[in-house]
Amino acid sequence: MREAIPEKTAHPVLIYWIIAGWVGYLLLPWYGIEDGFFGLEWLIDGYPFDEDYAPAAFLIAQGEKLWLSPLLIPLIAPLLVLRRNKSDPVYSTVLILAGGFGFSWLIAQGFGIGLRGFNYDWLSTVFGSLGDRQFGMGYGALIIASSFLFTFTQGIAARGAVNGDVFVVSAIGGVIVIVAIFVFFPIGNMLFTAFVTDEGGYSLKIFSEKFFDNRLWGLGCFAGGRCGAAVNSLFLAIFVGITTTALGLAFALVVTRSGFRFKSGLRALTVLPIITPPFVIGLALILLFGLSGSVTVFIADLLGGQPTRWLYGLPGILIAQTLAFTPIAFLVLIGVVEGVSPSMEEAAQTLRADNWQTFRTVSLPLMRPGLANAFLLGFIESMADFGNPLVLGGNFDVLSTEIFFAIVGAQYDQGRAAVLAMVLLCFTLSAFYFQRAWLGRKSYTTVTGKGDAGVHPLMPKRLGIPVIVIAGIWGSFTAIVYGMIVYGSFVELWGVRNTLTFKHYITAFSIGFNEHGLHWSGAAWDSFWTTITIAAIAAPLTAIVGLVTAYLLTRQSFAGKNAFEFGTMLSFAIPGTVIGVSYILAFNVPPIEITGTGVILIVSFIFRNMPVGVRAGIASMSQLDRSLDESSLTLGANSWQTFRRVILPLLRPAILAALVFSFVRAMTAISAVIFLVSAQYDMATSYIIGRVENNDYGLAIAYSTTLIFVMLAAVALLQFLVGRVQIGRRTQFMTGA
Amino acid sequence: MARTRISGKAAPVSFIGVSKTYGGEVVAVDNIDLEIEAGKLVTLLGPSGCGKTTTLRMIAGLEMATSGKILIGDKDVTKLPATDRDVSMVFQSYALFPHMSVLENVSYGLGFSGFPKSEARDRARAGLDLVGLEGFDDRLPSELSGGQQQRVAVARALVLEPQVLLFDEPLSNLDAKLRRQVREDIRSIQQELGLTVVYVTHDQEEALAVSDVIVVMRNAAIAQIGTPRDLYDAPVDAFVADFIGEANLIPCEVVSVSAGSAVIDVDGYRHSLASRGLPEGRAQLAVRPARIILDGNEGFDATVAKATYVGVRMEYSLETAFGSIFAVQDDVMNPLRPGSAVKVSFHVTGPVLIPSE
Ligand SMILES: Nc1ncnc2c1ncn2[C@@H]1O[C@H](COP(=O)(O)OP(=O)(O)O)[C@@H](O)[C@H]1O
Ligand SMILES: [Mg+2]
Repeated sequence: MREAIPEKTAHPVLIYWIIAGWVGYLLLPWYGIEDGFFGLEWLIDGYPFDEDYAPAAFLIAQGEKLWLSPLLIPLIAPLLVLRRNKSDPVYSTVLILAGGFGFSWLIAQGFGIGLRGFNYDWLSTVFGSLGDRQFGMGYGALIIASSFLFTFTQGIAARGAVNGDVFVVSAIGGVIVIVAIFVFFPIGNMLFTAFVTDEGGYSLKIFSEKFFDNRLWGLGCFAGGRCGAAVNSLFLAIFVGITTTALGLAFALVVTRSGFRFKSGLRALTVLPIITPPFVIGLALILLFGLSGSVTVFIADLLGGQPTRWLYGLPGILIAQTLAFTPIAFLVLIGVVEGVSPSMEEAAQTLRADNWQTFRTVSLPLMRPGLANAFLLGFIESMADFGNPLVLGGNFDVLSTEIFFAIVGAQYDQGRAAVLAMVLLCFTLSAFYFQRAWLGRKSYTTVTGKGDAGVHPLMPKRLGIPVIVIAGIWGSFTAIVYGMIVYGSFVELWGVRNTLTFKHYITAFSIGFNEHGLHWSGAAWDSFWTTITIAAIAAPLTAIVGLVTAYLLTRQSFAGKNAFEFGTMLSFAIPGTVIGVSYILAFNVPPIEITGTGVILIVSFIFRNMPVGVRAGIASMSQLDRSLDESSLTLGANSWQTFRRVILPLLRPAILAALVFSFVRAMTAISAVIFLVSAQYDMATSYIIGRVENNDYGLAIAYSTTLIFVMLAAVALLQFLVGRVQIGRRTQFMTGA
Repeated sequence: MARTRISGKAAPVSFIGVSKTYGGEVVAVDNIDLEIEAGKLVTLLGPSGCGKTTTLRMIAGLEMATSGKILIGDKDVTKLPATDRDVSMVFQSYALFPHMSVLENVSYGLGFSGFPKSEARDRARAGLDLVGLEGFDDRLPSELSGGQQQRVAVARALVLEPQVLLFDEPLSNLDAKLRRQVREDIRSIQQELGLTVVYVTHDQEEALAVSDVIVVMRNAAIAQIGTPRDLYDAPVDAFVADFIGEANLIPCEVVSVSAGSAVIDVDGYRHSLASRGLPEGRAQLAVRPARIILDGNEGFDATVAKATYVGVRMEYSLETAFGSIFAVQDDVMNPLRPGSAVKVSFHVTGPVLIPSE
């Protein structure tokens, strides 16, 4: 431990947060502004006295919202200890009490008092009717909440938590609070909604009615009828999980263990799922196999039969999802297949196992974690997929679309949506759990100290030939499907008027000039720019949250770290549909009232994509030797400086990847988005789905194609940038001694 | 119960004109001839990148020779893959299968060698006994220390009773203290079972300690083959002399040669020693630091530049007319002071004559 540094009595960070708190209290509007988070109209519209725009201090001075006045105590208290030493127990106690009280009071009043006065009957009973009400929190409340939170964490740090490191304690506190607010609160809230009766009370009966509904669990399909949505979803997800894992493994084996010549073409496959909105595959399948699809028509002409609707339902969704998610499985498995240490396989061979025995007893078992992971991903993606079932579902109901119709359809049944979402969540979480259980206690790390530079053996013949054939067929099918998408965007009306035209692109993206200058007259521009803007705002925020979390997980140890890790990775197992439903249920009433704004979209993207940022961060941070940070710390930098000056610069590739990835994901997402868009903030994907529902395939496909190329450009830009910032590191081939 | 015993089926190995080229350019092993006797521990020693691992992997069948012939026993195995050779190998990283218990690891190869299950288990246990790991059957490799993992890897290779057992830098992942112990264990098992062992290392001390025969390699070729004593006392050239233990390389003049004995001149000092076939003229002398005499009254002139006390002996740096040399002396009671002038001479059996560069 270093001593010798004189104890400072100036606390710049604390002073900053105290000032922020006062600014939030005295100057900024307390409540949310109607015309959006970024609107500035309030400045000229009655501020600071108008009730809608007034800061808390002005409200109280005018005798309104008096329940905000106790906040003055925690705002004043830290001022009294500013001159004290950090190690002084009074200092930490005052900060903890002030921050803790302020934050709790803020939460309590927010949830206690809503649009119709007191939210809970017992409050009215105790305090009498309030006769006043309040809206969602705004800038003022937001800033003050942060101020209290970080005052609190500084108190904790002063107590000596995590070696008294203010930055680390604050980062932990910050991540916990935002994950609690934007993951746990909406999910928990949704669980309650499942029990709410029409009259607003709670009842188990209403829950069990909805839960044991035959539309959910019916097994009719085994007797020629229809199955419930839950049964369908489960069946579909298991099937998709298995097929994508098997195909992904086949591809990975071909790339790493065969003399196959078009490996780089196969590798390019990994980019596809990142840049394709998932339902686009469904659209392409319709072009090929739908009622007026080319293949359907061709075969009908050939055999003289009637075109059938076989595609709509289980077969279509299954094919579409397998096409869409196989590259994800491939992406997971390629790393694992390459990661199996060649010396393991060589050892097996020197122990008299032949190629096939080596593969079966060593290579394959060592790939088990990868297989489990790939299956889990396929399973969750299939469960969560919204676009393909919507486009291709026919009469095959699945949970994600059922949830959607429960919320937006004629039934408008929040309770049912919540129950369905719970079932969906249970499925994905159980899959998550079983994956862990299956992997068990065995350690699969094959890297032990110094490696021997060996080479992977080729696949055994009896495996290699079928695998290459399958990968070849599936690869060409994927290529055809993507070709179809591009081609389809130029066809006037598929199957009816097959002339080539730019019509759809013109409708979507025409640009005109009028008296105001450039005029984005195309139908798609609105949603296009909204999408770009929202994605561009969400991406850096996602990267920051993800990397800070990764830093805490890899570099710091603190009590409750496992729970912390679980909490931050949980949203990985929460399907987008569930996020969507829980967000509109939780955030269309005060204290956080953001439904219908761009903010809710941004927030949903941050927490949907955060696990990816965390994983990317963890992966690259664990490659950076700890001695780097330690040397920085011993050179007198604190942990924030170390993070900023040493770790961040070394993580530039990971940061770029996280940025582009979250940008692109935000552009292709549909399942959560479809619930959260509003007239003002429509996103590209939901716009396209809207066109599809109106049978306007041409425009939908042209728009999708454009999106794919935009994202391809983004990914290419990333490759270019990452290529340039690559840190000089010797490759494995040069170091083998 | 008749106890299962592991025995050896040692066989000799021959390399006849073997080369290995990677990708048509990198010559990793260049036309080497090598005879390894059955039941001997032979070390491949050399600096990093000189082709030791490649040579070893060609014996294992993990790498195929580009040209030449490899025999194990009387059998030509040049084209035979690893699976079909009766050779096993202990990897630098141990390569224990992380998903199998210790016992499963050790019985792995037995399963493919046609042993029935119960016998495979008995043999595996016997193998574990041999390396001193009884009772670790159900542990996973991740639950063992580095030294224990190493011994499991040895047991796994031993139980197959291979014709040849290969080790690639087996000690490099162990800490210094364990190294001595493990190398002694390997040596004693090898001698007890009479195994043919080929052992790769870049550490000369390790090689001297364990080997029957050392093969010194340099730049993909063999520099010298011999017993540890041969190499130490009679290195063929400066490279070997310097690589095996420290040696001072001193330029000298061979003044006269007669009947296998030569007289040399170093800065005026005359010394006679085995000529080793060298003609009169310029040559080099390899002298071990301990074979230098500093307290005589004949010899060449030197000044003490540095004197270091290291407990059991004194170490000196000496400045001479032809550069600096390094000497150690057992006399720690009367150390020489830096700056003092001394006469340097050699023990009778000390220096070795080698060709000049
Ligand atoms: N798979 C390979 N491809 C190309 N060059 C290799 C390969 N393996 C080894 N080499 C080269 O062959 C030479 C000998 O390598 P190696 O036998 O591993 O040396 P060492 O004596 O250190 O064990 C080195 O120059 C090395 O770079
Ligand atoms: Mg080597």
